[in-house]
Parts: sequence; C-alpha cells; structure tokens
Amino acid sequence: MTLVATLAELVSDFRANGRIVIVGASLAGLRAAEALREEGFSGSLTIIGDEPYEPYDRPPLSKQVLKGWMPAEHTLLPRFREVDAQWRLGVAATGLDRVARQVRLADGDQIPYHRLLIATGTRARPWPNPAEAALEGVFALRSRDDAARLQQALATRPSRVLVIGGGFIGSEVASVCRELDIPVTLTERGPAPLVGALGGVIGEIAAQMQRDHGVDLRCGVSVSSLEGDAAGHVRRARLSDGTTIEVDVVLAALGSIRNVEWLQGSGLAAGPWGVGCDAGGRAFDINGVVTDSVYVAGDVARMPHVLYEYQFLAMEHWDNAVFGAEVAAHNMVNLEPHYRPHLLLPGFWSGQFGVNIKSVGVPPFGDEIIFTQGSVKDRSFAAAYGRRGRIVAAVTFDHGKWLEYYARLIEQSAPFPPPPPGWDRPDIMKPVPAEFPAPGVPTAIPDVVLTGHDPNERRAEFRPRGH
Amino acid sequence: MRIVVDLNRCQGYAQCVYLAHEVFRLTGTEALTYDPNPDDARRLQVERAAAACPVQAIMIDRLDGAERGARS
Ligand SMILES: Cc1cc2nc3c(=O)[nH]c(=O)nc-3n(C[C@H](O)[C@H](O)[C@H](O)COP(=O)(O)OP(=O)(O)OC[C@H]3O[C@@H](n4cnc5c(N)ncnc54)[C@H](O)[C@@H]3O)c2cc1C
Ligand code: SF4
Repeated sequence: MTLVATLAELVSDFRANGRIVIVGASLAGLRAAEALREEGFSGSLTIIGDEPYEPYDRPPLSKQVLKGWMPAEHTLLPRFREVDAQWRLGVAATGLDRVARQVRLADGDQIPYHRLLIATGTRARPWPNPAEAALEGVFALRSRDDAARLQQALATRPSRVLVIGGGFIGSEVASVCRELDIPVTLTERGPAPLVGALGGVIGEIAAQMQRDHGVDLRCGVSVSSLEGDAAGHVRRARLSDGTTIEVDVVLAALGSIRNVEWLQGSGLAAGPWGVGCDAGGRAFDINGVVTDSVYVAGDVARMPHVLYEYQFLAMEHWDNAVFGAEVAAHNMVNLEPHYRPHLLLPGFWSGQFGVNIKSVGVPPFGDEIIFTQGSVKDRSFAAAYGRRGRIVAAVTFDHGKWLEYYARLIEQSAPFPPPPPGWDRPDIMKPVPAEFPAPGVPTAIPDVVLTGHDPNERRAEFRPRGH
Repeated sequence: MRIVVDLNRCQGYAQCVYLAHEVFRLTGTEALTYDPNPDDARRLQVERAAAACPVQAIMIDRLDGAERGARS
C-alpha cells in the first residue's frame, strides 16, 4: 500500500473508531460536537462541562434576561443535529496528561482521548477583595446562575446600583438599570466607557450617551473598597477620589479570566491570554511546537491572524466561538492539505441605551479613526479605523446595514481613509487619533486583545546543555 | 422551542418583529432582542419569521419535539 493510501485509511479508521473529548460544554463545545458529526465522525464523543446545564447562550444574560423579559433558564441553545455524545455535566476537568492522553476529572475519573478540544472559555474576574466580594448584593456576570441572581436583585428595586467597569457588559447592565428606572453609578478607571474596545473618540460618545440616559458616570476613578452593614449586605462604596456612594447592589464587571488552570503541567502554551494555537486551531506546546492531538476554540483560544500582521488574537466574541469550533472540528478529522484556517474577520454587537453598536475588524489595531457616515449627534453613524494608511476595523451606531461594506474593505486591506459609500456623508471627514489607551494602562478590558507574535506567552523552557 | 439569532448577521430589518412580536422586539431602531426559548405555541409564527428574515439570521432547533432529556 502506498503511504498516501495508508494515511487515508488511518483517517477513515479514526473517523469510525476514534475517541474525541471536548472540555467545555458551552457555545464552542456544542457547535464543535455538531460539526464533528457533520464531518462524518462516528467514533466516541465525550463532552465535559463543569456547569450542570446543557449548553446555553450568554449574550441574552446581560440584556433581555436582566430586564426580566424572560428567565435565565430560557437561554438554552438550539441544537442543529444529534451529537450522540456522552455528556459529563457538572464535573470539571482538573488535569491533562498528554503522555497518557487522558483528561482527569474532579470526581477522579480519567477520560482517554485520541483528540482533544479545549473549549473552556473564560470566567468573570471577581472583585479582588474576597471578603468584600462575599458581601450580599455583590455580583459578577458570566453564567446563567449569575444572571438569575442579579435579575432578582434588580427586581427588588435597589436604591442604587454600582457597576464597576465600563466595558460592554458593565455598560449593558447600566443600560438595563436605566430602562428599569433604577439609579445607577458606573465607575471606569479609564477616560471613558468602552475605550479598551473602541478607543477614546468613540468612548466619549458612549459616555455622553450614558449621561443622557441618566447614568451617574464617573471616569478616571476606581473603587477602593466596598462596605457592608451588620447583616453582611453591601451598603457603601469608597472611590479613589475620596467620595463615597450609598449602594445596595454592586456588579463587578472587570473583564474575564481564561479557564486554563486545569492545563497546568500539561506542557501546552497556556497562559493569561488563553491557549496559543495555530490558525487551524491546533494547540502549541510551551516551546511553540504545534501539537497533533490537541485543539482549541472559543474564548480560551489565542491564534495568529493574517490581517493583523500575524499577531495572536484573543477574541471574546460569539461568532469567534461558533466559527472557531467549526474550523477546529473540521481539522480534527481531516489531514493536510485539507486543513481549514480560522480566517474570521472579528465582529460583535452590543445593544445598550437603545442603540445597536456593532463592529468588524480589530479596532485597537488602528490608531486613527474617521467618521464616514451619519451623525454623531444623532448617535447614528459609521466610523472606520486605520493604521498606516490601511483600514483595519469599523464601528457603527445604528448603522449596522453598512457594516458589510466596511468588512469587504478590511478584508482587502483597502486604503484608509476609505471611500465613503456615497450616501449619508457627515459634514466633516477627517482622520483623528483613535485614542486607545497605551498597553498596560488600566482600563476596561477590550474584548479583542492583540497578544503579540509569540506562540507561547510564557517563556519557553530551554533544555540544559548536554541533555 | 429554542432559537438563536445571529446578531452579527441581523440587520434590524424587523420583519421578524411584525410576524412574531411576542418573541422578537426592537429596542430603539435597530437593536433586536428576542426570547431564545419561546413557548411551543408560537412555533408557526417563529418559523414564518425565520423564513421571512432577509439575511437568514434566525436559526431554529432541529431537535425540537424530541423528548427532553433524551437530547443527545
Ligand atoms: C453577559 C455576557 C454577554 C455577552 N454578550 C455578547 C455580545 O453581545 N456579543 C458577542 O459577540 N459576545 C458576547 N458575549 C461573549 C460570548 O458569550 C462568548 O464569546 C461565548 O460564550 C464564548 O463561548 P465559549 O464556548 O468559547 O466559552 P464559554 O461560553 O465561556 O464556555 C466555556 C464553558 O466551559 C466550562 N469550563 C471551564 N473550565 C472548565 C473545566 N476545567 N472543566 C469543565 N468545564 C469547564 C465553563 O463553565 C463554560 O461552561 C457575552 C458574554 C457574556 C458573559
Ligand atoms: S428579520 Fe432578520 S434581520 Fe430583520 S430584525 Fe429579524 S432577525 Fe434581524
């Protein structure tokens, strides 16, 4: 038999009899499982998730669920096909042994695999002081249980809510509070909300929008401490500018932490920005060598992107989880040259204060911004981000229909400033600095992070001489 | 029943809102919100909305109707 025929036989044997384990039973994990079956994988499939629920969707949690429009358990994800998997829900993976090819579970079980998909996502960064975080009325928001608890607290009509952190989730929750006519203070360490993701020019527009809707917005300050009453319920927050606010609900919206602890000692390139992988979802080991059997998808993945000078992007976006899962699943059951790349143009949406904010590309990659359509005053506009004469991203406020136009230009690395689509032109069209905070300046965590060119963000381990 | 709207794709045309206003709502002029697990009684409306969406952004569970718990 020729080598090619042998390889083809190996692949078809793996598709029929292989063992695939997926860790993380949420958006990326579910869509990967479906895609594996769609690709013809009929071997054994195990899905491990530490939450007790079948996969559900998170974006509604900070929007319609908090408004009380529907309960948090109304977010189960639709299924597009049977996955015929063994579901191990409510039990965490606690270790990975790549030599024995086994995943260790919290209940002591060892689950063998031939190929493994890491889809453990992120969790909310908790309020750093554990005693204060444990006060009643202090919340974080990532899971459907978090959303149910926060929704209940809002339903009791608190006298004031404090949202710490002006990223997307913090801003969406502030918006919900105003819709429910609950007084809300939002503190942001940076100069404006959304600056990490969209820069200071757009951040200023978001700030004005929040104030117009009655949010008590305080930028450039941080919360120094939270204080409770005798019953252990939060009542007061002290700010870095010396002021105090009386509050009875606090949401810490401080960005997220990648769920990589269980990979400690596995030798994979796992670190604070996630698990490094190639553009096909194959995980790197700590020496920057790509593995054959471990794949990564979703919020926990960090992968190089051709449009952004091959920098590793860590993206916390819904479509990144869906598409990354499909790509990883395809590559898990195919061989080169049939691998597919994860060539997604990042995109997200956020509904807040009655405005639909959408973006494509990677805004923080740009250093200039130009308004190309609509009116800032009406909060209905499109703007493009540029870097070195090329368009790299775009953002729209209630101009979502135009996003495709900009997406095409970004894909082609078209010149910046881009030709406006010839309709709805603003009076002044001139590029200005986009005002992203310098790396390392504390601010709202952006949800796309450019994490450099190093496949392993920790230092590589060098072998001692003579070994 | 279970649905999801790909809000990256959705362009806020609101056809779905006209066809199933208990399930889909616009907040402001363009931001769509919806009930991801609407009552089964709304199935016909939701299916019509999904069919009418000009960008095919509404995706419906294909296992709906299968025994709960037996979902694999
Ligand atoms: C409130 C909120 C609002 C959002 N809104 C938007 C939005 O408007 N637009 C947008 O584009 N994106 C939004 N997102 C982001 C989007 O939800 C995520 O990008 C998406 O959930 C990523 O899916 P994932 O499967 O990669 O990770 P996750 O959804 O984080 O799933 C990972 C799963 O793995 C589990 N897990 C972790 N560690 C282990 C372990 N050791 N063993 C077993 N299981 C483990 C976790 O508990 C979790 O269930 C929002 C997120 C939140 C929380
Ligand atoms: S019909 Fe489609 S595009 Fe229009 S609002 Fe509904 S989901 Fe969005």
